[in-house]
Amino acid sequence: MIIAVASGKGGTGKTTVTASLATVWEGPLLAVDLDVEEPNLHLFLHPTIEGSAPAQLTVPEVDEAKCTYCGACADLCQFKAISVMGQLLLTFPEMCHGCGGCLAVCPEKALSPGQRELGEISWGKTGSGGFLTGRLRLGEAMSPPLMRQVKDKLNQMLAVGGDAIIDAPPGVSCPAVNAVIDSDVILLVTEPTPFGFHDFKLAWEAFAPLGKPMGVVVNRAGLGHGAIYQFCGEQGLPILAEIPYDRVIAEAYARGRIIAEVSSGLQETFVSLLSKIRDLAKPGCPKQAAHA
Amino acid sequence: MHKIAITSEGPSLDDQIDPRFGRAAGFVVVELETMATQYIDNGQSQVMAQGAGIQAAELIARAGVSCLLTGYVGPKAFKALAAVGIKVGQNLEGLTVRQAVERFQSGHVEMAQAANREAGH
Repeated sequence: MIIAVASGKGGTGKTTVTASLATVWEGPLLAVDLDVEEPNLHLFLHPTIEGSAPAQLTVPEVDEAKCTYCGACADLCQFKAISVMGQLLLTFPEMCHGCGGCLAVCPEKALSPGQRELGEISWGKTGSGGFLTGRLRLGEAMSPPLMRQVKDKLNQMLAVGGDAIIDAPPGVSCPAVNAVIDSDVILLVTEPTPFGFHDFKLAWEAFAPLGKPMGVVVNRAGLGHGAIYQFCGEQGLPILAEIPYDRVIAEAYARGRIIAEVSSGLQETFVSLLSKIRDLAKPGCPKQAAHA
Repeated sequence: MHKIAITSEGPSLDDQIDPRFGRAAGFVVVELETMATQYIDNGQSQVMAQGAGIQAAELIARAGVSCLLTGYVGPKAFKALAAVGIKVGQNLEGLTVRQAVERFQSGHVEMAQAANREAGH
């Protein structure tokens, strides 16, 4: 089972929930940080890193001697990463999405695969399981190609069995969708504030068409208003856990502690959450209706 | 024949300069000897998710201009323009196309050595 912990709004508690679930998990678990623009799960799980590898994207390299400036590559590229200007072929590697189309259509074989560094993938162990993270290179704008390589590694590491939990990036754009699209269950972490509710609805709209079971964790419960509860009731979205709005939790988080370890009550909250996630993942459990 | 392109909000010499290059509404191409004009619509670049500056550079390069007058140019567009030898006069927002051409002809437009905007704006 792969569960993705996502949210619309940032700062609602994705990493807090991911780290706490990881510590109460039963059986082998791989904890994965797919928030590659600002990974922070390691701050809570303190993994021992055992290996790392650079992640590269294939971008075109030009052999000017062979180019006839026919423009086939530039016509194909939707991202303006390659451009014919008169008797010049210009490339903009930072704009390239790495589809390889230009290499395929060049009739003169004037383009060859070069590489742009996307970032780094590293892996290792925590006290209780495996750990995997990606980190986007400073200045790099495209995270989905790096995320796909982290997910390839995830599948390799999961081939021996066990579960994985993914700490997803916030938002509802390509990176967030990339993080949840291969999961079996999506856990949406939100807070009952006007901003929290607004972005929660966006996340629900973005992810519901994927047709995966979804559950909700309400963090900072007791703050704000009841709109989230009413919305979840109307949509049939189960609220699997509530984490109280409590100074003790904020202090523990700020010290880098895992909140499931703060009190027996919080530990029970996460043990119960885990069991409800397992129920949600069972085949036959009513899924969110596709809403396309 | 000496042609220059000016980013413009409309097709005539009396339209305002569009301060943006890549996402300009269009380009007025002026033949300096005769002041004859031609208008190139840039609507397609305006709706691109990325690469508008590069596409705009392709458009004016195809029109055969030797110089561009505009408000501001990003780094990728600047690289593309420099590669084909199109000179760039920047920071001309607030003028009409005609005023910009006159200032250029009187020698009061300095040619830029670098882009004056970050990418993507």
